[in-house]
Amino acid sequence: MSEIKPDGFVDITDVVCPITFVKTKVALEGLEKGQVLEIKLKEGEPIQNVPRSLKNEKHKVISLENNNDGTYTIEVIKGGMAET
Amino acid sequence: MTFTNEQLERYSRHIILEDIGVKGQEKLLNSKVLIIGTGGLGAPAALYLGAAGIGTIGLVDGDTVDLSNLQRQVIHSCADIGKAKVISGKESINAINTDVNVITYQERATAENIKDIIKDLDYDFVLDGTDNFPVKFLINDTCVMLKKPFSHAGIIRFQGQTMTYVPGAGPCYRCVFKNPPPPDLVPTCQQAGVLGVMGGVIGTIQATEAIKYITGVGKLLTGYLMTYDAKKMEFRKVKIAPDITCAICGENPAIHELIDYEIAACSIRDRQ
Repeated sequence: MSEIKPDGFVDITDVVCPITFVKTKVALEGLEKGQVLEIKLKEGEPIQNVPRSLKNEKHKVISLENNNDGTYTIEVIKGGMAET
Repeated sequence: MTFTNEQLERYSRHIILEDIGVKGQEKLLNSKVLIIGTGGLGAPAALYLGAAGIGTIGLVDGDTVDLSNLQRQVIHSCADIGKAKVISGKESINAINTDVNVITYQERATAENIKDIIKDLDYDFVLDGTDNFPVKFLINDTCVMLKKPFSHAGIIRFQGQTMTYVPGAGPCYRCVFKNPPPPDLVPTCQQAGVLGVMGGVIGTIQATEAIKYITGVGKLLTGYLMTYDAKKMEFRKVKIAPDITCAICGENPAIHELIDYEIAACSIRDRQ
């Protein structure tokens, strides 16, 4: 994990695509630009798709950890890849 | 606002759109759209706007559902024949989405009632789904006076047209068309016929414009008249300019009171 203390957390292991990204977007909505969201998600489709969708919307994934129980935990900076 | 899990799922395809997202869906749920006429144009527009989660939809129509409506007015069903169109419309919208508060105005829009109807809930956007010139001019003039954005549209035979008026952002309907044609020159839908799908295409464009206006996404059909020819399968976007001599939105407007123009006799007879 990164050294940054996350500003928010969302568990999307209980939903499937595309609700995974919907819940992630809702969680990000509650944060300011530059704040960090921690996301717990399942292996397979969620870990393949959610980080990619986050990048497409200019958020920056800064860490990825395999929890070795079929889930991953990632951290993302809201708007971390936006140009301004 | 907080979305329920059911709402997140219902609107997921909107929320995952980068341009709409959570905020855009909130705007839709907090918005109010008035649809005048629940016929060929209003029916598909109302269904899509209801499905999209427009929080409040007003329906204005004085007619009842007739068998001959069902070829194109997809919001009504066989079981609705004889029922007030606004009631049938409300039931269909709520059968799709119970989030929508549907307000019904079971009356024809006239110079006397139209301002009160628009002001009733201070609607954000007005959609003209009517089938005659007098009411189209009435809606235009009222929206200019009340500074309300609206979508104009008309369909006949294999053709349709639509434009969007936003106060201060482009021409109004009267800038382009000046005055209603003489009643005896006007073919009504009932006289001229209309391909059922025309309302689906044009009414859905109107619903799209309403959604874009509310969410602020993209560019509207302001300053353009879009025409659709189904036989040639051709869309044209014709640039139109504001008319500084326009009788309603020009520099020295001649119209200060709303006008109920004479409706073509045949179209009144058709309603009786």
